[in-house]
Amino acid sequence: MASQVGNLIFQNRSAKFSMAHDPKNSFQGLILTLHEYWAEYGCVILQPYDMEVGAGTFHPATTLRALGPKPWNAAYVQPSRRPTDGRYGENPNRLQHYYQYQVLLKPSPPNLQELYLGSLEAIGIDTKLHDVRFVEDDWESPTLGAWGLGWEVWCDGMEVSQFTYFQQICGQECSPVAGELTYGLERLAMYVQGVDDVYDLNFNGGEGDKKVPYGEVFQQTEREYSRYNFDIAGTDELFQHFKDAETECQRILAAPAHDPKKGREIIMAHPAYDQCIKASHVFNLLDARGVISVTERQNYIGKVRDLSKACGEAFLQTEAGGVEAA
Amino acid sequence: MPDLLLELRSEEIPARMQRKAAGDLKKLVTDALVDAGLTYEGAREYWTPRRLTLDLRGLTARSADLKEERKGPRTDAPEKAIEGFLRGAGLSSVDEAEVRNDPKKGDFLVAVINKPGREAQDIIAEAIPAIIANFPWPKSMRWGAKSAEAGSLKWVRPLQSILCTFGPETEEPEVIPFDAGGVASGNITYGHRFHAPDAIKVRRFDDYVSSLEKAKVVLDAERRKEIIKADAQNLAFASGLDLVEDEGLLEEVANLVEWPVAILGAFGEEFLDIPPEVIRLTIKENQKCFVLRQLNGDLSNRFLLVANIDATDGGKEIALGNAKVVNARLGDAKFFWETDLHQINSDDGFEPWLAKLHSVTFHAKLGSQAERVQRIMALAEELAPVVSANPAEARRAAEICKADLNSAMVYEFPELQGLMGRKYAERANEADSVALACEEHWKPQGPSDDVPSDPVCVAVALADKLDTLVGFWAIDEKPTGSKDPYALRRAALGVIRLVLENELEIEVAKLIVAAFKNVIQGAWDKDILWGVKDGDVCEIPRYTIQDDGGQPAQIESAFPNLDAEVCYGVQKINFSKFDLMLNTNLTTGELPSLPTLRSLSDFGNDLLSFFHDRLKVHLRDSGARHDLIDAVITPDSDDLLMITRRVEALGSFLDTEDGKNLLAGTKRAANILAAEEKKNTEVGDTVVESLLEDARETALFKAVNQAEKQAAEAIEKEDYSSSMAALAKLRAPVDSFFEDVMVNVEDTKVRANRLALMRRIRDATGTVADFSKIAG
Repeated sequence: MASQVGNLIFQNRSAKFSMAHDPKNSFQGLILTLHEYWAEYGCVILQPYDMEVGAGTFHPATTLRALGPKPWNAAYVQPSRRPTDGRYGENPNRLQHYYQYQVLLKPSPPNLQELYLGSLEAIGIDTKLHDVRFVEDDWESPTLGAWGLGWEVWCDGMEVSQFTYFQQICGQECSPVAGELTYGLERLAMYVQGVDDVYDLNFNGGEGDKKVPYGEVFQQTEREYSRYNFDIAGTDELFQHFKDAETECQRILAAPAHDPKKGREIIMAHPAYDQCIKASHVFNLLDARGVISVTERQNYIGKVRDLSKACGEAFLQTEAGGVEAA
Repeated sequence: MPDLLLELRSEEIPARMQRKAAGDLKKLVTDALVDAGLTYEGAREYWTPRRLTLDLRGLTARSADLKEERKGPRTDAPEKAIEGFLRGAGLSSVDEAEVRNDPKKGDFLVAVINKPGREAQDIIAEAIPAIIANFPWPKSMRWGAKSAEAGSLKWVRPLQSILCTFGPETEEPEVIPFDAGGVASGNITYGHRFHAPDAIKVRRFDDYVSSLEKAKVVLDAERRKEIIKADAQNLAFASGLDLVEDEGLLEEVANLVEWPVAILGAFGEEFLDIPPEVIRLTIKENQKCFVLRQLNGDLSNRFLLVANIDATDGGKEIALGNAKVVNARLGDAKFFWETDLHQINSDDGFEPWLAKLHSVTFHAKLGSQAERVQRIMALAEELAPVVSANPAEARRAAEICKADLNSAMVYEFPELQGLMGRKYAERANEADSVALACEEHWKPQGPSDDVPSDPVCVAVALADKLDTLVGFWAIDEKPTGSKDPYALRRAALGVIRLVLENELEIEVAKLIVAAFKNVIQGAWDKDILWGVKDGDVCEIPRYTIQDDGGQPAQIESAFPNLDAEVCYGVQKINFSKFDLMLNTNLTTGELPSLPTLRSLSDFGNDLLSFFHDRLKVHLRDSGARHDLIDAVITPDSDDLLMITRRVEALGSFLDTEDGKNLLAGTKRAANILAAEEKKNTEVGDTVVESLLEDARETALFKAVNQAEKQAAEAIEKEDYSSSMAALAKLRAPVDSFFEDVMVNVEDTKVRANRLALMRRIRDATGTVADFSKIAG
């Protein structure tokens, strides 16, 4: 049935399929194809969150919306930053800034595996030709106080996605459980386009002069950020930023729920969670600068986890978190 | 007799859990059915990544009727008592109970409860949902809309269907209907995810297996393994190569596929410069692929993967895709290898890696790896002469044996620790023994691992393990029950095997003391001592405790804020065997109630008895009788080799006629003595020759004197078979003594003297072993 869903959407689209949109030639075509596939399923197609995050999971559309009883289906691209993975644009496989495609379905539908395989078919991976496997990989995020069980999905031995059934997020039990799919877009595109170097990916699907390679878009920024992340980022300032974000998060959550101006309850779970994201990213930067010792590391992770827990609790007090509107 | 077929189909089960889960399923189901009064002829479990299956044959169709009688109160008992009885027995009125008569009790009530047998179907339908709900997965999860409900089903991954058919071979089997967490049982399964995803109707096991096979699912994991092995060997042979077999990897890949297809791939030849072990591990760990050797034994640039599909292009794309990933991984490995070699061949050599050991914590209470290395260096050097190793080499080997922890390669592949150490030491032109010790000092890792024999390796291996054991013992982190997080049992077994297989005559107690001295010294240098505070071991700054002990006033001023009990104090380090006491309490009267830090005596004896336990397990595993081991080990025996040899000698002696009879005689003597000792009968202090009346008595006395002397001399020379031979000479005099001489005679003096003679027999044999602990 899976492949049928996939093929159906694929066929619908194939009529209007131009070269520029074909995932086999175009990085953005891959994204558009996934958008179309998951939009067809009924997902809200969101835009990236406008903050620096380490993974698509941090987007509040996943972290917060995975909590509470309300159904929620969303898909989006999330630029993800991993400062320690910077290689000055010289490594064909590693980037400090890359794209994740994130799908969150709550509750997890019974045919989630089939839906996922359908999306692979949609981007041109023939499951009768390629060896697609679900290999045990349990997911845990100590900073988010989150864990889930699932797999890494292998295509011919290459990990192309993470597939997780969330059990706990922000220290809260997921009820019901959400299914999360995370596609590593560059890696998947390299596979589909058949290139060995990420910078050689065809970004826009153009031919000849019209072709814009991934390197043209991102190689310079990789160099710049690698230097900044490893050597220049001001550690004193970052330590201060961390403290500020922590304090601000706590201050927001400590504010009384009742807004005297509007005469109603307004719990500010999302603004507080923004500060939690900020603290998490600042921590990653400090880590890349190598100024956090092993023992301190645990301490910082614990601080971010405490913030995320508090945000999760706050979200569950809101309408989106399942509380009936007053 | 009907058969039961059960299949629990789920999303992909982690490979490492499948075998055990299928076994658990069999045990739980069969136990439950037997408990409910059914019997069965045979059961076998199967598993694939997506299913656990149980094939249960020859089940009884019904459990037997049971009749139970319950005695109640007298018929004229108070109404309350009768009511209670009826309620308990499930009867609605007194008419349902029988009245019986007993001459003592009179008329009383009896409830006869007939428990009719139940249909197997009902028992199964009740048992299986409970088994599913409480299945012992190492980790389980909730999923889907139902997960919002309290008490929703947990499974290793979402459970998708349950197949449960039941019926005799001659009839159409029926579905046993039940529901487990919202999944209803039926007679449907599904084939291979990509090749045959459609529903398959199943009747019984035979058509189940063949339908699955048609739907590209090989149900039996052993068969999947055989297919992989045979196909892999054929492919290897056709390419003129040898498959490097790997049983663990085979088990894993067989559980990652339902339809195994072996495919050969190739990686870049330029990576063959990397040590072959690294290539093999990279390919195995990250890609779950096998490597192949050329016929000359060198590694080839081929690898073998096991796919889960019969690809439409014969697997070309799959091979290319995998090769891409393998190349990328090997590219990383090559980078690490070259980075490390660059370091080793630079002027600094190992130094930066050694320096970094200071920042690697070994254990919060036992300091950094660098501190541990210091201890191992000192201990290895000290042990070197005992094992005929060059002390300087032993010291150097200990110094660099943990350096590879900080190499790029080991950081990436922790499993290569040791091996990389050796490779780098070789490249750094360290002495052969030193390089070898970098790898072998980790050995033996288990009961079947090789034991190092090179003296330098032995010295460092012993030092490493002893430091671990003594360190964790000192901070009271001993193994308990099944918990042994620091693998201390393995470390002790390692010491035992090193000693026995290298025939080292070493007193373990001395090793323990030497290692402990190092641990203490390390703590001493760090200005840290251990104490006990609120029942927990804690660290105490040493700064005012002097080498020759401290004065109460100093202690008090050193710990002005201590509100808890503190134990401390190294007054005098006297490392004679087990005599070091750390418990000199310096504060009598000044600070209240300071219990002592455990004395080394307790500590050492405790660790020594741990060694005894491990030695017993080891000797038993190699076939020795446990009663003989008990007979030979005393609480302070610490020469492992001697214990082992005594056990061997004793075993062969007891196999002889002389041995058996002497054992019987000795036991008889000991029993008589024990019985009289219990009665407080007088026993002579020594045997008085003038009181010996019978010639046989005199002969035994002489024989005992002689045997004891000879046995002691033989033991002195560690010649255990001669000591047994000396004892064997006692057999005839003992036998004839018991034949003709009474011990318990009227004359108290003679009796006391004869009992003294019995004691001499016990003592004489006791020089070799405690015969009372020997069975038979």
